[in-house]
Amino acid sequence: MITKDYMITAPQGLHARPATTLIKLVKNYKSTISLIRGEKTVLLNSMLNILSMNIKGGETISICIAGEDEFEALANIDQFFTQELKDL
Amino acid sequence: MINGIGVSPGISIGKAFVLKKARNIASGILLSSEDEVLAEISRFDNAIELAINEIEQLKVDQTLALYKEDREILETQLALISDPQIREDVVTKIRTEKITANDALLQVIEVVVQLLENMDNEYMQARSADIKDIGNRIFKHLNKDEIILNTFKPNTIIIADDLAPSDTITLDTRSVMGFATQTGSKTSHTAIIAKSKGIPAVVNCGPPLKDIKDNDVIILDGTKGILHVNPDENTLFEYQEIKSEYQKEAEQLKLLKELPAITTDGKKLVLSGNIANIEDLESTFNNGAEGVGLFRTEMLFMDRDSFPDENEQFEFYKEVVLTAKGKPVVIRTIDIGGDKHLPYFNLPAELNPFLGYRAIRICLDRKDLFITQLKAILRASAFSDLRIMFPMISNRREIREAKMILEEAKSILIQEKLPFNENIKVGIMIEVPSAAVTADILAQEVDFFSIGTNDLCQYTLAVDRMNEKITHLYDPFNPAVLRLIQYVIEQARKHKIHVGMCGELASDPLATQLLIGMGLEEFSMSPNSIPMVKRIILSSSMEQAKELCKHVMELESSEDITSYLKQTL
Repeated sequence: MITKDYMITAPQGLHARPATTLIKLVKNYKSTISLIRGEKTVLLNSMLNILSMNIKGGETISICIAGEDEFEALANIDQFFTQELKDL
Repeated sequence: MINGIGVSPGISIGKAFVLKKARNIASGILLSSEDEVLAEISRFDNAIELAINEIEQLKVDQTLALYKEDREILETQLALISDPQIREDVVTKIRTEKITANDALLQVIEVVVQLLENMDNEYMQARSADIKDIGNRIFKHLNKDEIILNTFKPNTIIIADDLAPSDTITLDTRSVMGFATQTGSKTSHTAIIAKSKGIPAVVNCGPPLKDIKDNDVIILDGTKGILHVNPDENTLFEYQEIKSEYQKEAEQLKLLKELPAITTDGKKLVLSGNIANIEDLESTFNNGAEGVGLFRTEMLFMDRDSFPDENEQFEFYKEVVLTAKGKPVVIRTIDIGGDKHLPYFNLPAELNPFLGYRAIRICLDRKDLFITQLKAILRASAFSDLRIMFPMISNRREIREAKMILEEAKSILIQEKLPFNENIKVGIMIEVPSAAVTADILAQEVDFFSIGTNDLCQYTLAVDRMNEKITHLYDPFNPAVLRLIQYVIEQARKHKIHVGMCGELASDPLATQLLIGMGLEEFSMSPNSIPMVKRIILSSSMEQAKELCKHVMELESSEDITSYLKQTL
């Protein structure tokens, strides 16, 4: 299991467009991937779950990946949060 | 026979298609066995699958010409529809509360909508519309209304409560022959769309429309504003005759296309079209117009989830300008607020939206949005004769402020070394009574006026044009409105600036001679009305028209005026 922190670089936060991209990305892996903020954890397979967290630009969240392909998943999730997100 | 208001002329004979909004009212039915529970769950899964297929098809449909943003909206909808959380919540409700898939979905959607609407984030609040939209999409499939607006049988006449702008984006007009709606007025969305597409329409038919069933034979008379449902043979025959007469007349009118609009005594007038997109522009020139008197830019801003940036706006305006091939195009800066809202631009509800935060008032307040649009317009002006028009001007200060921002946009473009027409003509809509009354002052500030009669009439007579109870008071032939129009034209001519009209009155055959007599120089209207108005111009003389005008302006009521004008037609 891997856990890693990311800052949300999209000024509007994790809204519909980036959330859509993220869900599509997560679907490619067998690992269970979830998002943690404070006390609350949600699976990254649901748009509603992500939207209901109301995650804003500048906040820090953790991503938890567990499964056989967790390292491949991490590489792409890393790229999403550190590079792609700021333009979404 | 059903009576309504004819808003787009012509006769259509076809089969009814009753457009139902998804039935999102809880049924309250309780399931009584495990089999029923399982059946409901599989019904729900089936509906989800159909909804997903529908969106996948929309995504690849070339005929819709989707923008990148439209595709992104569809992607988001896909993600929401296939959201496992929604399915899980619905299935749990079906199992534990023994309610139907329909009722369960209704409750789940409602919870999510509430959740989003209560967030302290405008963006998330606006997403509740997306959730409602996907809810409706699933409802539609749950209730076996497997109809996408895109696929009608030939000769369809649409029967509906009213049509929303979103209903009409994907409407395939090749098979739609007419519209009849329960509510609505001359200026409602249905009327505007029907007119621009040249399809007969009757609105405000009231409850009798509810009795119409799918595939009933309908005669729709958009000229008289009536509907015959399952007519007898005689009526059908009679109408087929009238219809072929109409077609003959329409063909004759087409012959006028190449003729310039000149009165019998040699006065040249300008006929131009009101457009919102390239399609309208083509229809404008097919009907023999000499330019575009009103290019509405709102459509570019609707049906998406963020403002179009400068480049996207530029590309859109450029395409219109290039298609116009050197003919003049008057582009109106964005006119939102009032009855036009953008899903991503949260305008607070107002008690009097038409008297509130709208059009130029928003633009002067949100300079960032305004400058982006002005820069895009200016850049498009490098390609052809593009002119700028500001809507809803009510005093001189607004013109000066808008022009200052325009100058600022120009100086940014100079710095960015992008080409534009430095002498671009600037005009204003005259649609607020205060602007009409001070036309002498405002004329000194601009290159042209365009009279917007719909709003001018609504504001002058204090009649909400969306309110069906008072449609009889909405009357452009009221002497008060006519006096204002006459004064505006007179002042424009005195100050030697161009004066046109882009409201409904410009296309009303009853008003044509009167307006010629007042000295109006340009008539801009829905492309389909152009040949009719041209025919009247071709048979009028300036001298007659002036006399008619003089007489009309002495009459004391709109009843006297309209009955006199009818006699002279």
